[in-house]
Amino acid sequence: MSLLKGKQLTHYYFNTSNYTKALENISLSVEEGAFISLLGPSGCGKTTLLSILAGIIEPTFGKVTLNEKNVTETQSEMGYMLQQDYLFPWKKIIDNVLIGPKIRKTLDNQTIEKAKQLLKDIGLSSVIDAYPSSLSGGMRQRVALARTLITDPSLLLLDEPFSALDFQTKLKLEDLVSALLKQYHKTSILVTHDIGEAIAMSDQIYVMNANPGRIHQQFEVPIELRQLSPFDARKHAKYQHLFDRIWEELNQLESTSIG
Amino acid sequence: MNQHLSDKALFDQHKKRLKAEHRSTRYWQLLIFILFFTLWEIASRLHWIDPLIFSSPTKVGQSLIKNISSGDLWFHLRVTVLETFAGFLLGTFGGILIAFMLWNSRKLYHVLDPYLVVLNALPKVALGPIIIVALGPGYGSIITMGAIISIIVTCLVVYSAFREVDANYLKVLQSFGATKWQLFKEAVFPASLPAIISTFKVNVGLSWVGVIVGEFLVASKGLGYLIVYGFQVFNFTLVLYSLIVIAFIAALMYQAVDKLEKWLLKKI
Ligand SMILES: Nc1ncnc2c1ncn2[C@@H]1O[C@H](COP(=O)(O)OP(=O)(O)OP(=O)(O)O)[C@@H](O)[C@H]1O
Ligand SMILES: [Mg+2]
Repeated sequence: MSLLKGKQLTHYYFNTSNYTKALENISLSVEEGAFISLLGPSGCGKTTLLSILAGIIEPTFGKVTLNEKNVTETQSEMGYMLQQDYLFPWKKIIDNVLIGPKIRKTLDNQTIEKAKQLLKDIGLSSVIDAYPSSLSGGMRQRVALARTLITDPSLLLLDEPFSALDFQTKLKLEDLVSALLKQYHKTSILVTHDIGEAIAMSDQIYVMNANPGRIHQQFEVPIELRQLSPFDARKHAKYQHLFDRIWEELNQLESTSIG
Repeated sequence: MNQHLSDKALFDQHKKRLKAEHRSTRYWQLLIFILFFTLWEIASRLHWIDPLIFSSPTKVGQSLIKNISSGDLWFHLRVTVLETFAGFLLGTFGGILIAFMLWNSRKLYHVLDPYLVVLNALPKVALGPIIIVALGPGYGSIITMGAIISIIVTCLVVYSAFREVDANYLKVLQSFGATKWQLFKEAVFPASLPAIISTFKVNVGLSWVGVIVGEFLVASKGLGYLIVYGFQVFNFTLVLYSLIVIAFIAALMYQAVDKLEKWLLKKI
């Protein structure tokens, strides 16, 4: 059954002096428990698409439904992690993580314990009472991830969540997140620039092209890779094969857009 | 170890130098202070300046002592300080409240925008006569003068601070389904707090202007009244004495707000 459906989404950004057509006629449907990656050149509208799916931006045309209901009514099932961490500088780390429950008025001792545990799991137990300014970029991104996970969303929208991490932390966190998502049977959409990450983590990969943003092609990740952890998937023979195909595709996209 | 010790010695030396510099600054400040009053006294005694108009420090001092002991000073001072304080609070918090309403409704802002621009450009003290006619001569109109002079500019400054808050902070909250009030409470207000606090210092000064002008126009008490009265009866000792008290108290109030500002900024 499709959990999330986007129907013929088109989006314009209007300014006083001009406009940008960011997305054109994008339709997609995401099965429950699926992991989808959006891959595409910078400025092709990935963030815009994610914000529309999250119900934060109203699309100019088209409709998004989650469980057959309009997204704006179902925000409690969704967790959206922005491209940059946007931690509130005046709040301690623990309070940043707990902002979701606070907004939803579900903050209790149990949630606080859960937040502490979550921060421990991602290696941040020592900075619980620190302020964001004293954290490195990678640490901040992990806090933002914890902030998204704390509300237990059934659908996760992740906008380049691992982009500010060093390679080692990134691989570890990929494994952790992938295991978490599989364990709790979550549905996720991940935006990334990293072809390898897309293959290692997802079930399907949508390659987008720019001006205006459209879904150019869809790749299925072989079942063998899906069953492996991201770290192990990167070592599988089929990983390289798919990597080459997508690489080829993106190169072609680039050359046509330049030409 | 040796290296470490010499580091510390170097730091001590640096601290000592700073202290010495600080002390010399203070000496200069004191010197200017003494020089100013001595010159004033001498100039007045030797009739370099007209003692009737410019009085002299000793005369002002005598008048100060006389008025302190008779309780007269306290009476006028209390009136003016209370008016200023009330004007300051009204102007500042009124401005913030209006800014909130404008933030809450974009439409309202666009509609009111030209009026705000005109009101902001208008020299507020020019409204004095109208305010006095409308509210009657008394505390009410003087406090209103103290408030009106800062309310519009506060509102504009604070509103633009509200607007400048990065929309992505709001996005984070919206993704959790935040209401408009929650957006304000969790992101917009705390992010604008430094701008809000910085209006405090400006507004203290403005409120003094409003209140003194208000007292010029109507009052029968207060430091502004003393100045006008002294002027009318040609008692310039009284005028200068009021002026010095105002300078002193206004500086004190400014310092207090400055301390408050530093303290508040540290809190957030
Ligand atoms: N708030 C906005 N106002 C006007 N134009 C915008 C706005 N946000 C995005 N755009 C434009 O819409 C297009 C798509 O932007 P978007 O941020 O969705 O791209 P992206 O694929 O996420 O890029 P990146 O990979 O660099 O994050 C770009 O051309 C951008 O200039
Ligand atoms: Mg983006």
